[in-house]
Amino acid sequence: MTQRLLNNKTALICLILLSIICLMGAFAPFLAPHDPNLADVINTLLPMSGEYPLGTDYLGRCIYSRLLFGVRTTLYYSLITMVITAAVGALIGIISGYLRGKVDALIMRACEVMLSFPYEIIVLSIVGILGPGIGNIILANFIAKIAWYVRIVRGSVISFNHKNYMLYSKTVKSPQRFIFAKHLAPNITAEVIILATLDLGWIILSISTLSFLGLGVQPPTAEWGAMLNDAKEVLFSNPEQMIVPGLAIMVVVACCNLLGDALRDVLDPRTEHKQC
Amino acid sequence: MLGACITLLLVSFIAFTMVNLIPADPAEVALRVNDTTPSEEAIEEIRIKLGLDQPFLVRYTHWLSASLQGDFGTSFTNANRSVFGELARSFPYTLTLAGISLVLLIAVSIPLGVLSAVYKDHWLDKIVRTFIFASTAMPNFWLAFILIWFFSIKLYWLPSSGATSWSHYALPSITLCMAYIATYIRLIRNSMLDTMQDNYVSYARARGLSEYQVIWKHLLKNSLQTSMTALGIGVVRLIAGTVVIESIFAIPGLGRLALSAIFNRDYPVIQAYILVMGCLFVLSNLIIDILQTVIDPRLKSEGEYQ
Repeated sequence: MTQRLLNNKTALICLILLSIICLMGAFAPFLAPHDPNLADVINTLLPMSGEYPLGTDYLGRCIYSRLLFGVRTTLYYSLITMVITAAVGALIGIISGYLRGKVDALIMRACEVMLSFPYEIIVLSIVGILGPGIGNIILANFIAKIAWYVRIVRGSVISFNHKNYMLYSKTVKSPQRFIFAKHLAPNITAEVIILATLDLGWIILSISTLSFLGLGVQPPTAEWGAMLNDAKEVLFSNPEQMIVPGLAIMVVVACCNLLGDALRDVLDPRTEHKQC
Repeated sequence: MLGACITLLLVSFIAFTMVNLIPADPAEVALRVNDTTPSEEAIEEIRIKLGLDQPFLVRYTHWLSASLQGDFGTSFTNANRSVFGELARSFPYTLTLAGISLVLLIAVSIPLGVLSAVYKDHWLDKIVRTFIFASTAMPNFWLAFILIWFFSIKLYWLPSSGATSWSHYALPSITLCMAYIATYIRLIRNSMLDTMQDNYVSYARARGLSEYQVIWKHLLKNSLQTSMTALGIGVVRLIAGTVVIESIFAIPGLGRLALSAIFNRDYPVIQAYILVMGCLFVLSNLIIDILQTVIDPRLKSEGEYQ
């Protein structure tokens, strides 16, 4: 499985690129030439130079340093959201698929209602009620997306439970833990990973959009969407300010989408690849 | 229909309950946004005025029955303005914006989806696929900036903010529809590719119908089924998506109203916004259901065929 993933060139490039970006975020304090929040009134809106690799913004803050520290907010928060959503969703899905009966019916009913509403409305309603802040944004994205994971995991638990090898394993009285670890978990993990990677791009866009509106990460913390909001201040005089953060978001989201598509091809060869 | 009503009731109840679960006291918020220092008596006075001294369920039924009659209460931030008035004032802007975007969305995504399915793996299909890929990765607000920079600053063709004339809607509606266009092109392309395998297509070709007729009359009509359902959700998504667009292009619509209400903790407005979105969602689904039976008579007389 890993071999097949490594043979897929697009997936490999995306994976390497994302890992490098993640590492750059982790080592941001060592890599950044300046304090990301240090305003310098004399050196505002400078072009690229040796001292400021990507220039400075309208408050004289080093854009390159802010970009590096922005990885910690934009990408890390998105990753946290993705992991929590996938883990909790999978857990509820497994419970629902195993227990069946009334609990299952109730969970599925709730999922149906949640799935029928567009994400944008769910996210906006929750942020609207709970107020701005990164914690609330993560919660909103979690609620908006969790039903997907629950439904898909539950579906595969039920379908795998009726597979012949599962029935055989049960007949010969394999321990419950063995069945779960050997037969069920690998299949479910693959599906959850595909779904989560495809979702990651969406979550990044969602978090940076809300931060751009001022509902997410609060200034002066560096965040790519919030950086674009800063760039908006000088859109008419210095439009080049918007290039760097926008490009950063686009590259990361594109990588996640490509990686998700490639993972689906590799991990799930049964489904014919039809999406573009 | 009954299911839709139950969903709406549930949404209204959740919206109301969650607002009431917030640790901040609405009476205190109402005073603070008007720059009054909240004293004990003032809070008590406003509590009675807002009806907050009554039990929870009583307040819910009051709020619901008033809301159904179009009375959403008064805004916290501006006591002279009713929430209904605010909504009514901003709704036309949003509706115009979403309407233009919807027309653009349909006008662009159907031809592109069909072309890319018909010319599968041709360079035309590759261009469309690249476009889809780029537009799914691009943040919507970034695209807005690029458009403003190019058309308003560089070429000086179109205005970048406000909503006083039709030309003001050009950039916002393009940006808005770009956010969702990829989904629809992909949907139409995939469902065209699916239906192309069907027998009646070969039959239509065998009858000697022209390729034009086969594609645009027979194939497209049958492929639109799946896309129609998605379009029902799409209308609401467009209206919800206006929050970003309206704040960038300074259009005084529903999205901007909701955003400023969130910042000001103006709960009556937020509750009303959620309720209106829920209603719109149910309504647009209903309309799409009806439209679907018009397009596809099989849905209407399903019983007869079985």
